[in-house]
Amino acid sequence: MAKRIDVSGLSAFYGTHKAIDDISMTVEPRSVTAFIGPSGCGKSTFLRTLNRMHEVTPGGRVEGKVLLDDENLYASNVDPVSVRRTVGMVFQRPNPFPTMSIFDNVAAGLRLNGSYKKSELADIVEKSLKGANLWNEVKDRLNKPGSGLSGGQQQRLCIARAIAVEPQVLLMDEPCSALDPISTLAIEDLIGELKERFTIVIVTHNMQQAARVSDRTAFFNLAAVGQPGKLIEIDETERIFSNPSVQATEDYISGRFG
Amino acid sequence: MSQATMTQDTTPAPAPRTNTLAGKSLPRWSPIGFAAVSIALAVGLGTVAGWQSKMQWGLLAALFFVVLTYTAASAVEGKRQAKDRVATSVMWVCFILAVVPLASLLWTTVGRGIKVLDGYFLTHSMAGVPGFEAGGGVYHALIGTVEQVGLATLFAAPIGLLTAVYLVEYGRGTLAKAVTFFVDVMTGIPSIVAGLFLLSIMLMFKLQPSGFMGALALAILMVPVVVRSTEEMLKLVPNELREASLALGVPKWRTILKVVLPTAIGGITTGVMLAIARIAGETAPIMLLVFGTQLINSNPFDGAQSSLPFYIWEQYRVGSDASYDRAWAAALVLIAFVMILNLVARGIARWKAPKTGR
Repeated sequence: MAKRIDVSGLSAFYGTHKAIDDISMTVEPRSVTAFIGPSGCGKSTFLRTLNRMHEVTPGGRVEGKVLLDDENLYASNVDPVSVRRTVGMVFQRPNPFPTMSIFDNVAAGLRLNGSYKKSELADIVEKSLKGANLWNEVKDRLNKPGSGLSGGQQQRLCIARAIAVEPQVLLMDEPCSALDPISTLAIEDLIGELKERFTIVIVTHNMQQAARVSDRTAFFNLAAVGQPGKLIEIDETERIFSNPSVQATEDYISGRFG
Repeated sequence: MSQATMTQDTTPAPAPRTNTLAGKSLPRWSPIGFAAVSIALAVGLGTVAGWQSKMQWGLLAALFFVVLTYTAASAVEGKRQAKDRVATSVMWVCFILAVVPLASLLWTTVGRGIKVLDGYFLTHSMAGVPGFEAGGGVYHALIGTVEQVGLATLFAAPIGLLTAVYLVEYGRGTLAKAVTFFVDVMTGIPSIVAGLFLLSIMLMFKLQPSGFMGALALAILMVPVVVRSTEEMLKLVPNELREASLALGVPKWRTILKVVLPTAIGGITTGVMLAIARIAGETAPIMLLVFGTQLINSNPFDGAQSSLPFYIWEQYRVGSDASYDRAWAAALVLIAFVMILNLVARGIARWKAPKTGR
């Protein structure tokens, strides 16, 4: 199921602007890896290069290699569509499809990718909603529009939608930044459960959250505004938060800058 | 506790002051009062000066109203409230100026058109009816309009829709800019020019006038309107929805088909309907390309047809009372046709719009 990600020498560009520079790291399977760092340091951009969503942005361009269990995502014969089926993504703001019901939202990935039998779909939808801890809240109103749910429920709906297609890796771009503490807790618990089955990468601005949910943490930084972001270090979360090997990491985590 | 006592000791007792939040204000009925006074003034002044035109009376009343409101409000309430009231009244005056001609047009058309509008009028053509006599109907023209507009929509809606999808979802660089530019230019093409363009083709290939040729000219007029409105609607679809779909591993074309277009379908339908309303009233290309007839011809590909705008013009030209009545009735039919289409479009838009209920 879950796969290892090996990144080597990866740089990403917006037009001529280099957003991240020469990043190499390994993301272990069945674990949670957190990305922390100041705004604009390229965490989200790097995350989006892991399922080839970066090139959706006009002018987006990537150099380097991303190996998913020895398969290079950026090899010339790789179809980005099949990459995205293998590497799912949850966005910062919950974005359920407004024209679809709760059921259809979860089934969207499957239904838009091929034909499924109705009973088969119903099973997968139930499994995914249970997986996202949302089933009990919505089981009586599966036909109601997804946009009628609360923000936290919508975000869990988006997670259910992402795991319904059975990806190998789940990327989460600040999934809790628009949510209240209770919904955040629900999602953090969920992440803990999901890591049994998926490789999870999460971008977060919340240091406590990184410490709570992740096994490994990567710290990104940029030399100055306009400079490309760089990976400073990646290590066991415990080490990063107690005894990081780079001074900049310690400064950032403890709130000292410059 | 000691802090609080300290503060109380050091600060001087506040001087009694007047309440500054509430000010004097004009009574609630004052706008109506001003309106009544200014209308009375305008009518009086107009009569004294011997002005015949009600238009002058109305404009004078509007002017009095604005001036009166400003002076009274600035005297009682102050400068800022006076400006607020003037802005409000100018807005109301503009609204009334915009609505009055519309209501008057509808009133006249209904009043004069209802006279001969009945089942007979809707189901009979002008075959064998001399223009200056009563009788006859609009059926042949109605058939013509429905078929020509329907065909034009059949050509223009898909072309316009796909062009808009190209511009919003795929178009980059010079080609997209060129397409946008030409769509803008096409929006301004006078209908007679579109008609002449197809007339030249018709003469070049020695074709006969037919509803189909008219529909082609109407389609040329319709495409840019559809492109423009659809483009605006597609731009309103949040990018996050596209990304959410792409991140699920859905190919781009399916994302557009299943996520982007359904989200915007309400607005797109309204845009297409407005385009239809625009071309349904075109007369010039019909005169050149469809030629007009008094007989029922339900085949748009062979021979001359009529259409509602053409029929109105034709009947008005005859110049008898009976033909005037028919022209007004046909105008009413045309307005009803467009109105019904509009209502249908609104219905579809509401039915398909993104749902927000719980």
